[in-house]
Amino acid sequence: MSYTEIERQWTTRLRRRFVHLLPPEKLLPDTQPTYVSSWIYVFGVTTLSALVVVIASGSLLAIRGPQWWHTSSVGHFANSLHLWSVEIFFFAMVVHLWGKYFMAAWRGGRALTWMTGVVTFLTSVAAAFTGYVSQSNFDSQWISTQAKDGINATGAGAYFNVLNMGQMLMWHIVLLPLAAVVLTALHVLLVRVKGVVPPFEEHAEVSV
Amino acid sequence: MSFTRIAALVPLDTLGHYLHWHFIQISVANFVVIVLMVVTFVVALVAPFPGRRRRKENQ
Amino acid sequence: MRSKRFRPDVDVAPWKGGYSPYDIIKEGTIALVVVGLLTIVLAVVFGSPDEKAITIKTWSNATPVDFAMTALSELNQTSSSAQYGAPYNTAAVGQKLGPLELAKWVGARIPINTARDFVINPLKSLPDQPLLTTDLQQWKSASSSTRSGWLASYTKASSHLTFTNGQVNVNATNAGPVPVFINDLTSMARTGALDQALVTQAGFYTTDFTLPLLFLADGSYLANLAQHQHLTGSQWGMMNETGNYPGQAWLWLYTFWYQVAPFSTSANADVLVWGLMMALSVVLLFVPFIPGLRTIPRKTRIYRVIWREHYDKTTAE
Repeated sequence: MSYTEIERQWTTRLRRRFVHLLPPEKLLPDTQPTYVSSWIYVFGVTTLSALVVVIASGSLLAIRGPQWWHTSSVGHFANSLHLWSVEIFFFAMVVHLWGKYFMAAWRGGRALTWMTGVVTFLTSVAAAFTGYVSQSNFDSQWISTQAKDGINATGAGAYFNVLNMGQMLMWHIVLLPLAAVVLTALHVLLVRVKGVVPPFEEHAEVSV
Repeated sequence: MSFTRIAALVPLDTLGHYLHWHFIQISVANFVVIVLMVVTFVVALVAPFPGRRRRKENQ
Repeated sequence: MRSKRFRPDVDVAPWKGGYSPYDIIKEGTIALVVVGLLTIVLAVVFGSPDEKAITIKTWSNATPVDFAMTALSELNQTSSSAQYGAPYNTAAVGQKLGPLELAKWVGARIPINTARDFVINPLKSLPDQPLLTTDLQQWKSASSSTRSGWLASYTKASSHLTFTNGQVNVNATNAGPVPVFINDLTSMARTGALDQALVTQAGFYTTDFTLPLLFLADGSYLANLAQHQHLTGSQWGMMNETGNYPGQAWLWLYTFWYQVAPFSTSANADVLVWGLMMALSVVLLFVPFIPGLRTIPRKTRIYRVIWREHYDKTTAE
């Protein structure tokens, strides 16, 4: 293979592009700007950690199937882990959202970071909803028969049938977690690429 | 089929308590969660963050 | 160099200040351990709710009159499911978002005929019932006007429907096979056979509970249990969990709209609220581009608390 041929390969071009965008010292930095000095900054990583625990506890539930938690004390405990990690996940995510809003964290070309965050939030709400209707108990009977009216009214109910537990469970354990993880990864990588947003300037004009 | 739950030291299975204010109805549990979120946000903003001297050295 | 106008809510000046050591992996590990431990503690202390699912068997045994009346509404197609419209049937236009009839346009892609699917087909599945079989044959060969006449007679008399000694009692005349259908379906329900018949119509392996859930929702039993647990719409139920557990607090705004005019009295409430929430979600998505909304952080100056150390230093300089 000639040198030019190697340069033109997809692999070479993709690798160079990625390394240029996100060199190792940016992907895994060992310093941060001195303005990162507030507890409000921990809620992003807290949300991420909660997502890991949600997936881990969900995986535990998956080991013995969707009915296990109704008839086993270990299974019920796994369900409790899943419920509380979801509560922590939303708790941290919303505090993170509040913090990022009041920092106007979209500044300096970071609009996509904000937007991926919002889409991740909405995807998480959908993921939680499909979880609630997959519980196979009274709560899921009620939630699904109520929610069907909202979803049916949009026309989506013809394809997204909340009364079909099999469909809802598969959205919950396959499609939506995949979407949430991909979106979260994009969001976190964008933060690494752009860096943490600097404070507001107190001066009027800047030469650019 | 019955089983003994592993834990739940303070099970919350009893009928929910609700707060009413005009047309607003909210469970005590949800209210506590929301208040905790607001308190957490405020505390996160005002609580001193460690490492001040080190950041001053690196200015 | 020409100065471009600096937009403080959009632009940032490049950071020329200092950096301090930062251990990202350590931070991530600590966060994971803390969240993991907190989850375990909460799970150990509070557990999680699991209110048992109700069945058509539990419903029909607890409130046989309510079940029989619901069964009648399925047969005479006056139930919520029968009158729903898309995606189950074409009985109604459905909700409108302004001029948009979204559900109707998509159509009845989950076709349900409540008389056939909730009453006739389950009864047909019962073996060794010669009298019932004759009645089903009578129903099948009757014209729609004859059936309507039978149903009207029975429905008129059903205001005095009672249930005693395992029998549904209605003093109806010229009601054809309808009294037998309602009585036999109630008996079938009370044995648990109707739960099974509704689910396995599509085959042995099915995870689709559309039919039994719609049937349950058409009656009062499910709704009364929900009311007891504070889960109904007017109780802000969308946010709530059974018992004293925290629920879905993040749905506060979604359920709020249902409590206020014009949504609280609109027949199109569901699609209107959905449309409004979609619009607000789009607004949230595009905050970086919306003047006014993106100015609030700078105007409210909460950032001065977050970055107070930075501003103290720059003031000192």
